[in-house]
Amino acid sequence: MSLGVILFASTHFAIRAEKLAKEKGFAVKLIPVPRHLSSDCGVCLRFSWEQKGEIEDTLNQARVQMEGIYCLD
Amino acid sequence: MSETIIYLDNAATSHPKPESVIQAMVAFMREVGGNAGRSGHRLSIEAGRVVFEAREKVAALFGVRDSSRVVFGQNATEAINLGLKGFLHRGDHVITSSMEHNSVMRPLRALEREGIELTVVPCSREGFLDPEKIQEAIRKNSRLVVLNHGSNVVGTLLPISEVGGICRNHGILFMADAAQTAGVIPIDMDKEKIDLLAFTGHKALFGPQGTGGLAIGRKVDEKTLQPLKRGGTGSRSELEEQPDFLPDLCESGTPNAVGLAGLRAGLDFILGVGIEKIRDHERKLTARLIQGLLEIPGAIVYGSGDAEKQCATVSFNLKNWAPSDLSFRLDEEFGILTRVGLHCAPSAHRTIGTFPDGTVRVSMSYLNTEDEIAQTLQAIKTLARKGA
Repeated sequence: MSLGVILFASTHFAIRAEKLAKEKGFAVKLIPVPRHLSSDCGVCLRFSWEQKGEIEDTLNQARVQMEGIYCLD
Repeated sequence: MSETIIYLDNAATSHPKPESVIQAMVAFMREVGGNAGRSGHRLSIEAGRVVFEAREKVAALFGVRDSSRVVFGQNATEAINLGLKGFLHRGDHVITSSMEHNSVMRPLRALEREGIELTVVPCSREGFLDPEKIQEAIRKNSRLVVLNHGSNVVGTLLPISEVGGICRNHGILFMADAAQTAGVIPIDMDKEKIDLLAFTGHKALFGPQGTGGLAIGRKVDEKTLQPLKRGGTGSRSELEEQPDFLPDLCESGTPNAVGLAGLRAGLDFILGVGIEKIRDHERKLTARLIQGLLEIPGAIVYGSGDAEKQCATVSFNLKNWAPSDLSFRLDEEFGILTRVGLHCAPSAHRTIGTFPDGTVRVSMSYLNTEDEIAQTLQAIKTLARKGA
């Protein structure tokens, strides 16, 4: 099963995204931002790549600004 | 010296705090303890969640839809400084009232020396402001109006809705200082057209000292805001420039997460009780106190004299008594804690006619009881009879 991560500008948005995704029942987890994606010292939201569309919709609806979505494969 | 204490200095800081506030802070120190937004491990993330939840609750309290527009800081003073220094430039005109605290007056007087024009609109002796006078003071270069919502000296409520409407019509920023009212009087930033709302966490929100912040309305362009300080935010670490988005723009350095854990619990407490119920109780105490004081020979009560038109802060004096002597005797002989002097608001005392001697200020919280007010009135009566 492929995993993806969503990057955010601020921890505030990462935590907000985690809360919204968990409320919808998605299996997500906040993890340190992988070094190859960004030199940021914050966290990003890891999710199951096959749920990418649904999670993206959830966050867009709640107007959570995303910085980027990456597949970890 | 009296053993029992009746704490009536809640306009300075509320005490006692709900037990849940203390427990939340202990739990944070013992079980969380990480630095919010700085690292990727579980305790840092958990600290981040605490800060996030506090932010969400403050946003909900003031009707702010996007909680990233609530920026935390040390207190209302820092928030007011951010609102003033962050938006004003040389040549701008600012309007305020004569009932302001030094948290507003001092930064404005300093800005005046740096080339900002200032108009201080006079209030009535009761501390009321006629919104028309704000309208009349507006000039071509007016950029911002700043007003306290409730006076820290006499509790008088200022007409923020009306002034918010006037400012919006003229395209002027409106900042309200809710240090004395947040948590007691309902505030909706959208409805009242408040662009910037400065609040403190340690008064009626029942959080600890060292918490507060500025809520920034959605019509305000944060790109025009200069932060008071710059530094590490845990975001955009590759850049040596400050992030330009909220809340990080205005939150450099490690946040007071333990304090915000307490503030979150304080907000849960007031939302659990209900602001209307809190206001009702405080109104009852205020009415009782004012009425009781007016029955004491030689007592002079300042302000509106009407509990409907003010928050739970009452200033008074006794004829032939220095306020400092009266306050000291209330503490020493009765364990009743009040605050005396000018209350960091010389302009407000000039307005109500008590400069430079000041007043004795009694300020109540939801946790005070009618019995405590009765005991306080009895003590003042006893001292009035004895004489200074």
